[in-house]
Amino acid sequence: MSSLVDRVASLGRVGLDVVAAIGRSGIFLFQALAGRSRYGNGFSLLLKQLYAVGVLSLAIIIVSGIFIGMVLALQGYNILKDYGSEQAVGQMVALTLLRELGPVVTALLFAGRAGSALTAEIGLMKATEQLSSLEMIGVDPLKYVIAPRLWAGFISMPLLSLIFCVVGIWGGAMVAVDWLGVYSGSYWSNMQNSVLFGADVLNGLIKAVVFAVVVTWIAVFQGYDCEPTSEGISRATTRTVVYASLAILGLDFILTALMF
Amino acid sequence: MPESSDFIVDLQQVTFSRGERIIFNNVDIRIPRGKITGIMGPSGCGKTTLLRLIGAQLRPDSGAILVNGEDIPRLGREELFAARQHMGMLFQSGALFTDLNVFENVAFPLRVHTKLPEDMIRDIVLLKLQAVGLRGANQLMPDELSGGMKRRVALARAIALDPELMMYDEPFVGQDPISMGVLVRLIRLLNDALGLTSIVVSHDLAETASIADYLYVVGDGQVLGHGKPDELMNSDNPRIRQFMQGEPDGPVPFHFPATDYVDDLLQKERKR
Repeated sequence: MSSLVDRVASLGRVGLDVVAAIGRSGIFLFQALAGRSRYGNGFSLLLKQLYAVGVLSLAIIIVSGIFIGMVLALQGYNILKDYGSEQAVGQMVALTLLRELGPVVTALLFAGRAGSALTAEIGLMKATEQLSSLEMIGVDPLKYVIAPRLWAGFISMPLLSLIFCVVGIWGGAMVAVDWLGVYSGSYWSNMQNSVLFGADVLNGLIKAVVFAVVVTWIAVFQGYDCEPTSEGISRATTRTVVYASLAILGLDFILTALMF
Repeated sequence: MPESSDFIVDLQQVTFSRGERIIFNNVDIRIPRGKITGIMGPSGCGKTTLLRLIGAQLRPDSGAILVNGEDIPRLGREELFAARQHMGMLFQSGALFTDLNVFENVAFPLRVHTKLPEDMIRDIVLLKLQAVGLRGANQLMPDELSGGMKRRVALARAIALDPELMMYDEPFVGQDPISMGVLVRLIRLLNDALGLTSIVVSHDLAETASIADYLYVVGDGQVLGHGKPDELMNSDNPRIRQFMQGEPDGPVPFHFPATDYVDDLLQKERKR
C-alpha cells in the first residue's frame, strides 16, 4: 500500500517539477524579451549572434537541402511515372518542401547544430561564473546574453528554412530535369501553377517561425537553467536536442491539422 | 553604541536554507565602513553564500540585508542592477569573459555603464591594470594567463567603476606563495588607497588575519564569534579556538556522522 502511495507521490513530484520548469521558462522568456536592452550596443550583440547561429548553420542547411530535394525528385519520379504523371514531379517536390520538410528538417538540423551550441555555451558561462559576474557588474545577463541569442534564433531560422526550400527545389530540378529527363518547362510551370503564396509559402513560413521560437527558447533556457557542472551541461545539451525535436514533430502535426 | 551609518552592510536576523539544510539561522552580521572584514569558517559553512546574499544573487528566507541602508532583497530588478554598480566582487575562478582580452575585460563595466570617450576608457583601464601590476598583459587573452594573473585581472575589472564595497570570495585558494603575497598586499592597498570597504571570505587563517581589521567566524549556521583578530586568537570559545589554532579534532568533529565503527565492520563480515 505504502509503495503505491510512494509511486503516486513521486508521480506528483515529477508533475510539479514539470509545471515549475514551464513557469520558470515562461518568466525567463518574458524577462529576456520585455523592454529594450539598456547596454547601448544591442545591435552589435545581435549581429554577432546572427553570425554564430545563422551564418555558421548555412553549410549544413544548404547541403541537406540539396540532398533532400534530390531524393524527393528521385522517389517522386519513380512513383509518378507508373501513372504517367512524371511531369508533376516539380509540383510534388515544391509542395513537400514548402509545406513540411523545409520547416521541419531545418528546425531539426538547427536544434542539433545551433541549439546544442547555445545550450553548451550558456551552460559553460554559468559554470565558470561569467553569468554571476555579469550580474555583479550590474548587467542583466537576460538582456545582455540571452536576448540577443533568442532574437538571432527567431530571425535566422525562418530564413534558413526558406534557403533550404530554394536549394531543395533546385536539387530536385537537377535530378528530375537534368538527369531523368523531365521536361524543364513542365517541372517549373506545374510548380508555378500549383504552389500558392498564402496557403503554401506563407503557412510554411509560419511553421518555421513557430519552430524557431520553440527551439531557441528551449536551447537558451536549458543552458541558463542547467546544473553548473560538466555533467549538468552535458545533460542539458542532450535535453535541448531531445525536447526540441519532440516539440517540432508534435507542433508540426498540430499546425498541419490547423492549416491544411 | 556605533551609528548604523558606520556599517555599510547590516544583516539582521537573516535565515537562509537550501532545501532541508539550514545554512544561516537568524544571523546578525555588521560590516564596518572603510575597514577590511574577514569572514572565516570551515569549508561548506556558507561563506560564499553570504556574499551572494549581500549581492542579492540569493534571497534570504527571512530577515533584512541592508547595504547602505537599502534592503537589497526587496529591491526591484532595475534598482538591484543599479545598486550592484556600487559593489565589486572577485570570484574564486576570476570569471573573466573568455571571448574578450584583458583590456576589454577591464573596460567592460565602463563601456556598459558609462558614456566615457574611448581615450578616457583607455586611461582608466591602464590605470587599473597598473594597480594590479598587469598593464603589460593588456592584450593577452584570459586563457594565456596563470590562475593568479586571472584573479588580478578580475580584481582590476571589479574596481573599474570604483565601487564602495569590494567582496573577495576565497581570494587565496590555489595561489602560490608569491601570488598570495601579491594579493594580500593588493587587497590592503586598494582598500586604503581607494577608500573602499572590503569583505574577505576565506578559510586561509594566517593571510586573512594578517590583513583583516575585524573578523567574523561562522559555522553551523551561526556566528560563532567576532572581534579583532588578536581577540579571537585568545578566545575562550572552544569552537573558535579549534578553528583559529587549526586543531583537527574538537567541537567540530574529525569524523562525518556515521553509525558505530565496529558495528559497521561486523555487518560487512556477516554479509559475506
